[in-house]
Amino acid sequence: MVIKMFDAENKIWDVIIVGAGPSGLAAATEIAKAKVSVLVLDRKQEIGCPKRCAEGLGNGWFNRLKLKPKKEWAVQEIKGAQLYSPNGKSVKMKNKKVLGYVLERKMFEKDLAINAVKLGAKILMKHQVINATRENGIVKLEVEVNDDKKYYQTKMIIACDGIDSKVARMLGLNTKNNLKDTDSGYQYEMTGISGYDENLLHLFFGTDVAPRGYVWIFPKRDGTANVGIGIGAYEEKTAKYYLDKWIASQEGMKNGSIIEVNAGGIPVGGFLDKMTADNLVVAGDAGHMVDPIHGGGIGIAMEGGRIAAKHTLLAIKKNNFSDTQLSAYTKDWFDSRGKELMRRLKGRHLLEQLSDGDFNYLAESITIDEALKIGNGTLTPKDKLILATKKLIKRPGLLNIMVKYFNDKTE
Amino acid sequence: MVVKNNPNKCLYCGACVGVCPTQAITLKDTRIEIDENKCISCGACVKICPVGAMKIEGKKQ
Repeated sequence: MVIKMFDAENKIWDVIIVGAGPSGLAAATEIAKAKVSVLVLDRKQEIGCPKRCAEGLGNGWFNRLKLKPKKEWAVQEIKGAQLYSPNGKSVKMKNKKVLGYVLERKMFEKDLAINAVKLGAKILMKHQVINATRENGIVKLEVEVNDDKKYYQTKMIIACDGIDSKVARMLGLNTKNNLKDTDSGYQYEMTGISGYDENLLHLFFGTDVAPRGYVWIFPKRDGTANVGIGIGAYEEKTAKYYLDKWIASQEGMKNGSIIEVNAGGIPVGGFLDKMTADNLVVAGDAGHMVDPIHGGGIGIAMEGGRIAAKHTLLAIKKNNFSDTQLSAYTKDWFDSRGKELMRRLKGRHLLEQLSDGDFNYLAESITIDEALKIGNGTLTPKDKLILATKKLIKRPGLLNIMVKYFNDKTE
Repeated sequence: MVVKNNPNKCLYCGACVGVCPTQAITLKDTRIEIDENKCISCGACVKICPVGAMKIEGKKQ
């Protein structure tokens, strides 16, 4: 006999959020704050686990999201990065101030969950949505819980169910990821490793190391770090193959232990031009909200979740859950974040065209400021002229790629 | 020919679900389900899988 613990089925929820990750929990917090009823369902057994993430979060995001780093989950202060070019040379960018943190996501997300629940949200784990249908303006969810089926009803769905999102697709919004815009990611959380500065993120480039991507070390204190890789999906060999090969070649990894194995697809470029349907908005990885250059998504997902919540609350206020009402969300997201990410996508396409030789040359000839501006797509015409005439002219192949990038006006 | 999941290799990350054009794959908590009627053997899931857990049956890996 199934014991009924809660009375969550016999009501119509204002909002049901599918997915209890950073975007879903950020959205739930905002909805609950407004005293609107909100239920969060997640297929997994545990919040924040297994992670599909290197766990870095920059200070810009802490400020923008008004988050305060807590000792329990902001486990490593980061003061910069060290980039390693294919020929083994490295560029170190270290600040005196803390620029961000590597998180313990399990703890971080539980903190977000506890806070959302304090404000009035309800969360249920191991609840897998297997079907969603609309009936007279209400969405009915069929949910698998162990061997049992449950049915929940709501006016609004916020789909934050990750790269494997199916809820949006069940409600007619195609969130499929194109292979060319998706990276294949693999990672070990290791401990007992050494030979790197724990206050820096370490990124290793090269077609032998990580074709169309890089290997990273994101330190998590005391010789512990996320050691991972992201590569293009079209490679013959797997991400695991390349990471294992790289680790085997590193002296500092020889005495390492593996305390977690993580994997994931990273939606690094295919932004959705439509993120709504009737009764539906989508956020986080499910809405392809990831930085195209570094593949990070915690901050972007949380901001996306908050904007999704804002438009959900507007729809509730107007009692209008139509796609027409909700479509302002897509524009709002692009205005606050999407357009910047589109510029960075151009930077990514540029990076993908560079050979190992180009990379070595750039690492030695351009400044950190120039590199950041190229990545952000914020080079001024003067910057471009200086780059082209003083530096790139010595390497015509690279100059051609860069000129094409400079002239690309598509946004 | 349809795609098969190797549960010994699979880490249940859901990358395959995200790139599947026909929604043939579903990720359960610790299980991949493949709807053989929907699978078109396009190989997208094979390419994205970080650990080589997807394989089109009848094809050499």
